[in-house]
Amino acid sequence: MSTRMFGARIERNVDPKLLRGEGAFVDDIPLPDALHVAFLRSPHARARINSIDTAAAKASSGVVAIYTCDDIGALDVEMPLLIPHPSMTNPQTQRPLARGDVHYVGQTIAMVVAVDRYIAEDAAALIEVDYAPLPVEMDIVKALDDGAPRVHAAIPNNLAAHFVQTSGDPDGAFAAAEHVTKITVQVDRSTAAPMECRAVAARWEAVTGELTVWDGTQAPISVRGGLASVFGLDEDKVRVIAPDVGGGFGQKVLLFYPDELLVPMAAMQLGRPVKYIEDRRENFIGSSQERTQIHTIELAALKSGEVIGLRDFFLHDTGAFIPYGIAVAQVASTSIAGPYRIPNIFVEFKAVYTPTVQVTPYRGCGRPQACFALERAMDQLAQELGLDRFEIRRRNLVADNQFPYAREGLLFADGLKVTLDSGQYGKALAMAATELGAENFAVAQAKALSDGRYLGLGLACYVEGTGLGPYEGGHVKIHPITGKVYVNTGLSTQGQGHDTVFAQIVADQLGVSPQDVIVVEGDTKAFDWGVATFASRAAVVSGNAIHKTAATVRKKVLQAAANMLDADIDSIELRDSAAWIKGSNRFVPLAAIATASNPLRYAFNKAAQAATQFAPASKHDGPPLAEGEAPGLEATDYYSPSQSTWAYGVHGAIVEVDPGLCTVKIKKYVCIHDCGNMINPMLVEGQVMGGIAQGIGGALYEHLDYQSDGNLANASLMDFLVPYATEIPNVSILHLETPSPLNALGVKGVGEAGCIAVGAVIASGVEDALRPFGALRFHQVPLSPTMIADVLERAGH
Amino acid sequence: MKPSIFGYEAPTTLEAAISLLAGDPDAMVLAGGQTLLPAMNFRAANPSLLVDIQHIQGLRGIAVGSDAIIVKAMVRHREFELDEEVKRANPLIAEVMQHVAHIPIRNRGTVVGSLCHADPSAEMPLLLALLGGSVVAQGPSGSREIAAEKFFQSFLTTARNHDEIVVEARFPLLPAGAGWAFDEVTRRHGDYAVVGVGCVLALHRSGRATGVRIAACGIADRPIRLKDAETILNGTTLGPLDLDAAVAASLVAVTQPDDTNVSQSYRRRALGTLIRRMVARAAQRAETVA
Repeated sequence: MSTRMFGARIERNVDPKLLRGEGAFVDDIPLPDALHVAFLRSPHARARINSIDTAAAKASSGVVAIYTCDDIGALDVEMPLLIPHPSMTNPQTQRPLARGDVHYVGQTIAMVVAVDRYIAEDAAALIEVDYAPLPVEMDIVKALDDGAPRVHAAIPNNLAAHFVQTSGDPDGAFAAAEHVTKITVQVDRSTAAPMECRAVAARWEAVTGELTVWDGTQAPISVRGGLASVFGLDEDKVRVIAPDVGGGFGQKVLLFYPDELLVPMAAMQLGRPVKYIEDRRENFIGSSQERTQIHTIELAALKSGEVIGLRDFFLHDTGAFIPYGIAVAQVASTSIAGPYRIPNIFVEFKAVYTPTVQVTPYRGCGRPQACFALERAMDQLAQELGLDRFEIRRRNLVADNQFPYAREGLLFADGLKVTLDSGQYGKALAMAATELGAENFAVAQAKALSDGRYLGLGLACYVEGTGLGPYEGGHVKIHPITGKVYVNTGLSTQGQGHDTVFAQIVADQLGVSPQDVIVVEGDTKAFDWGVATFASRAAVVSGNAIHKTAATVRKKVLQAAANMLDADIDSIELRDSAAWIKGSNRFVPLAAIATASNPLRYAFNKAAQAATQFAPASKHDGPPLAEGEAPGLEATDYYSPSQSTWAYGVHGAIVEVDPGLCTVKIKKYVCIHDCGNMINPMLVEGQVMGGIAQGIGGALYEHLDYQSDGNLANASLMDFLVPYATEIPNVSILHLETPSPLNALGVKGVGEAGCIAVGAVIASGVEDALRPFGALRFHQVPLSPTMIADVLERAGH
Repeated sequence: MKPSIFGYEAPTTLEAAISLLAGDPDAMVLAGGQTLLPAMNFRAANPSLLVDIQHIQGLRGIAVGSDAIIVKAMVRHREFELDEEVKRANPLIAEVMQHVAHIPIRNRGTVVGSLCHADPSAEMPLLLALLGGSVVAQGPSGSREIAAEKFFQSFLTTARNHDEIVVEARFPLLPAGAGWAFDEVTRRHGDYAVVGVGCVLALHRSGRATGVRIAACGIADRPIRLKDAETILNGTTLGPLDLDAAVAASLVAVTQPDDTNVSQSYRRRALGTLIRRMVARAAQRAETVA
């Protein structure tokens, strides 16, 4: 293998298995004699529970156990506050099973364990709960009012957190402004809707005292730590496996969901494996959601269009609990100035409790909201100043020679100062204009209009802080029998293709084919140091850890091969799974080197003979394994980033609006993006494309429709409009590669990139398309036909 | 999302099926199952017994007659959509069928099942209402024909008695030379219509419209023939003012309240737009007749 694998557009190792239906998801794990769980969930957004009667349910044939808060012992406490932050005035987290009060529709009240899921659901329906319903306020503005109905009885005004960050001198900037523009915008509540809902299964081995938990989680190592702590077990006695997982998008990084604690508990108590497979309705009402924010943003500008100051105040809906801290709001607040210089910033937010399931990061994590606020404001500023929308952005972008560009005073979600590390922002904008045909668009638009068709151009820029710490690790080992390379890291994968990109990194170091690199992750028995998959960090953090580790193994291989071939180390090259003396046909396979690097007593095969004590190659001065050396070709290393890497991009679209039906068709969609060096452009495109599809969902379709009583009216995939493939246009994705100076691979994250700008692009395009009807404003997404109709009707059309 | 306990019978004769229905007030007929089975999983439907009619002799096939197309109870949407004779005999049908859900659903779901489910947003009830068709229901005391306007009573409610099985539906052919059109607005491709409008009309050689039929789905608790609009347009040249009047007369028919996807006022706007477009499209396709 002499071709460089890093950067190659190779197919994913994992696809054949998944496409043949040979994946093993939690529900596929064979667990003979397993019991099945169903939950009784609150039908009320707020209520006092006067009593719970489980007698009839317990008497049902096939029911093994029923648990309420009174039956779960030490687990009957509030679950962890994962990310504490001083801005949280009244942090509240949920109990596994409700005690006294319920705070949202879907909150778990009782757990039924039965011989199958059908019986468990039947029994759950037989549990009688006497509720005293309480009033609710669903509107996050009104929820802050004095006297508003409370999500938590002891917390007035439903205020969960209040935080202000300042960079530069915003007051001075506004005093010096020649023009100020101000808008209020809203992004609505959505959900990740992963293809596979959440799932947990557990088996307790009483003989060995070992607990094994299969959990469709993004954070198996963190879950293991939590379970060991909760159950008082040594970490080595708890194994958490995230097998194949059908999408996560942040929803599966929360710990804990009640089932993640209660299912292992039941398995330990009942002495049989226990399984909980979340169904789609439960995913809609019981698993984390995100997005509702209302921003009021002001830009202080000079007549030239240069933005010298920004003020943003926003409300953030955190749901009934705040287990993940202020992460979403903090990311929004620190992304608020986007790729623009804007040296003076004031950003303030209030996180508000609402009687809904908790809000934790969903792909994008506050960035789509910040991008929507800023980019809609930039469009309005351009219009007010009579500037082209591309031009006003061009005049404000951070220039190539201004990196690193720090925003003193703004701390990102990792607690570190926002510092844009590298990029070619201006070039990306120019590429977008070219690809969209922006220069000639006005002509096409006018021609279409004369045929009664309304075309519009929309655009938006974004930045994405990616690759957060604290750290990840890598373990690389060359297998002595087959020469295959085994790689471990502490993440879990939800379909991103980790196994392929990590294999590409290792392949280059060790001269093997990526197909001969076996990446095993998501199993605490395989590797148990690390954090989790989130924040577009796998390629940056685990990628660099694996790269460092593979480089160490490479050194060991070269040294051992030089010894075996009796050659100078500099004359050795690694390719085709072997070490070669350059320019000769003399080589030794990696498998043989791995075998020889492990001093043996017993010759279990031919290659092993060379490593046994009487073989010629085993002549040593001193012990067979020299002091300070380890057997085999193996290493472990870690990477801890000094700060986040900042990816960025420019999106644009040509849309057509039908004013009669108020439908929006995306005629063309263009994405220019830069995630630093690409390990595999095909996988990058897959990530970006998936993100754009989710972004289109958020721009035009996906809106969780909470009724005034707190019930979710569209808790199914029939009514919650995840776009089908038929709603997603062809997208032209163009890459820029500005290596990040922050890590050896020069990579930045890309997982969330696609979704960030789409809402702003579509709203911008719809406004432009409907310009013939006047200066109509679209300041809320998703942009539904009803919203377009209302705006047109208010304008007299 | 698991159904509660239910029984299952798969009789081979119509008589046996009818008697199973008659003997159990909570029994339900299972044909294609594309609506009923998800509803059972949501526990929105909790039948005590499913009477599966797919093994009953004589409930399959499409027959194109001189005045109507007879569709038997077990005919799948996809068969109706792709039948070449049907396409020739009534081209409106193919135009409607492509809007019915997605191909995998059309492969299993039945035309008559959709009529009996009577979702007011669905295309099949609209088609039957637009064409002035009927269904034949068979019960313990024999069979009866029920006209579309009598059959669809309200939301998910038809004139079928509990112990009756609709054995066939009759879709009339188009009048000679008639133009036709159907379109709908959906939030996503293949979803239930937010609003759908079908139109059939003929054009006299004077340029005046005759035999105008317009029907809409998604606007009320059943498919609605927009008879006021039809009356207004009959005998006109379908000019802009005629269409304005027809639309204005139709908007009161929109009674469906705001829902999770659209508002009532949006439905009015979409209805007006679709009436204008479908009348124009049908007129374009109509051959001038004497």
